[in-house]
Amino acid sequence: MKSYGILKTASGALRRNVMRTMLTMLGIVIGVAAVITMMEIGKGATMAIQRTMASMGANTLVILPGAANTGGINYGVGSMMTLTPQDADAIVKECPAIGSVAPIVRARTQLVYGNRNWVPTYIYGTTPSFLQVRDWTDMDQGEAFTEHDVRNSSKVCIIGQTIVRELFGGQSPIGKEVRIRNVVFKVIGVLRKKGANMMGMDQDDILLAPWTTIKYRVVASSLTAANQSATNTSVSTEVNTLSKIYPNLQQNLYPVPSATEQADVPQPIRFTNVDNILTAARSGSQIPSAIQQITMLLRERHRLHTTDPNDFNVRDMTEITKALTSTTELITKLLLCVATISLVVGGIGIMNIMLVSVTERTHEIGLRMAVGAEPADILRQFLTEAVVLCLLGGTMGIVLGRGSSYIVSSVLHWPTAASVGAIVAAVVVSASVGVLFGFYPAWKASRLDPIDALRYE
Amino acid sequence: MIELRDIHKTYHLGEVDLPVLKGVSLNIVHGELVALMGVSGSGKSTLMNILGCLDHPTSGEYWLDGREISRLTARERARLRNRIIGFVFQNYNLLPRTTALENVLMPLTYTKENLSEHQKKERATQLLQKVGLADRINHQPSQLSGGEQQRVAIARSLVNHPRVLLADEPTGNLDSRTSEELLQMFQQLNSADGITIILVTHDPGVAQHAERIIRIKDGLIESGTGPPRPGGAA
Repeated sequence: MKSYGILKTASGALRRNVMRTMLTMLGIVIGVAAVITMMEIGKGATMAIQRTMASMGANTLVILPGAANTGGINYGVGSMMTLTPQDADAIVKECPAIGSVAPIVRARTQLVYGNRNWVPTYIYGTTPSFLQVRDWTDMDQGEAFTEHDVRNSSKVCIIGQTIVRELFGGQSPIGKEVRIRNVVFKVIGVLRKKGANMMGMDQDDILLAPWTTIKYRVVASSLTAANQSATNTSVSTEVNTLSKIYPNLQQNLYPVPSATEQADVPQPIRFTNVDNILTAARSGSQIPSAIQQITMLLRERHRLHTTDPNDFNVRDMTEITKALTSTTELITKLLLCVATISLVVGGIGIMNIMLVSVTERTHEIGLRMAVGAEPADILRQFLTEAVVLCLLGGTMGIVLGRGSSYIVSSVLHWPTAASVGAIVAAVVVSASVGVLFGFYPAWKASRLDPIDALRYE
Repeated sequence: MIELRDIHKTYHLGEVDLPVLKGVSLNIVHGELVALMGVSGSGKSTLMNILGCLDHPTSGEYWLDGREISRLTARERARLRNRIIGFVFQNYNLLPRTTALENVLMPLTYTKENLSEHQKKERATQLLQKVGLADRINHQPSQLSGGEQQRVAIARSLVNHPRVLLADEPTGNLDSRTSEELLQMFQQLNSADGITIILVTHDPGVAQHAERIIRIKDGLIESGTGPPRPGGAA
């Protein structure tokens, strides 16, 4: 009842001078609208940057097999053959932080079309999800191969712009056939230009084919067939070369289980391995949990004892991830600065007008005191007026802010993202700005002497 | 009802002390209609402020309704003003752009009494009828004549059922015919409702309407200190 009376008095006083009320509110309206618009544009910008960074591979995790160690000689990362295509399938199924997974079989050999030849930097045997991991799904021409092609080990491939230039002289390669170690591949798609990566490696110098085709038809063929190319450094072929020199030598892919272990947990024989597995975390913030999930899953799948070291490595793009985090933080701080400044400006506007209002209404204050208003009543009345002003202004600001961010996104085509946080913050802040900047004028009014106030003209 | 004993009021203007009231003593009985007269600078306004609990004396005792109130805090004085004293000012002091009804309702905002909105409105409407403004309830001050505005002010001063009505030059801005009407209203409030009324004025014509005239000069009571003459003019 009492607070209702105060609210009524305050709204009455505000209604008595609509023009002044409007002008006062304008400060807060613009402040809050600016905060919300900036927040939403900023959030959109952050998301856009995150997307760009992700396409650069910020969320990418590379799983490499571990280092083989024989007789005190360490062969370095990737020299063991412990990763299987089934590992890749398991990761995408069982790790919630992982968005997509692609197993990769590498080859490095010559590509022949007509009377031209070329050795691409990357010949990758993989699955269609490679394009998702690398954020490369939109094709320049043609289309990507499918899971079906992978299952069938179809002899199809998609190639990057550099190969189009070098082998086809810029003509459309769709439907043409190239030879890789005498295996004929039909070009069904051309990748969009991606340029060099951060190390200066040409990312367009790439040929992608189903991993089954590369594994069984190209790499395996090199066991028997004569090398078409002089360069032959692939890890996969290294091992196979060994087995060629020593046909009876059985390569041990895993720690040799004891007889008891063998009996307890019979291990399926792995028929095939991949050179590495490329995965993408769902977002930058999920990278640490993704690494943890992958490590746990692969340790389990590879039946490693708790004391055994990992037989694989998970690599993240620390540098890019750091850049991403710091950029996001920078934008957030920048927005906070802008928001604070505009709200302080709005608040000072409120204080100004409230001070003027106190002076202008000295007479009224004197009268109210004469008829029995206590100083606390006067303080409460002016404070309520300020808060009502700020809340009204805040509400209008929210509408205006949402509206202008909608206009920005629809007219200028900037990315924006609605932010509930910004709206809540704007309401809280506008109320506290009202209290904060309304307090001094209200306190001043409450300290007036009723006699002086009544005599004031 | 009201008893002042040796009231002093001194203003400190920098280094100089300016004594305005130099030992005022007076007595006003409940139900009296008195006039407080004096030229400007006589201390009349200061005395009225003290009587109206707007200010406190430098020294001396002020008994109102059986309570010594010269040493109350600003907050306690505000409560007292709200409950016991009604004010009528020379320049009406109505809130602009606010209807007569809302103006009369205003003091009720600060009352500790628990009244419903409806009760408040009823009381204010009755008072406006009493001062003869039943058809002006929703008019704003700018739409009312001076006399009507002052009547709204009187209704406002009566809304808390005060014991004392303090009128500071209530007819100062009004023509003689309207003045006469208002003074009759004061007399009627005094005789019918038994409200103690103090008219502060410098106009002998106005003062004549009172039962007793207290004259103040140079900070001292010149005549009419009381006790009141028995059987004064009715």
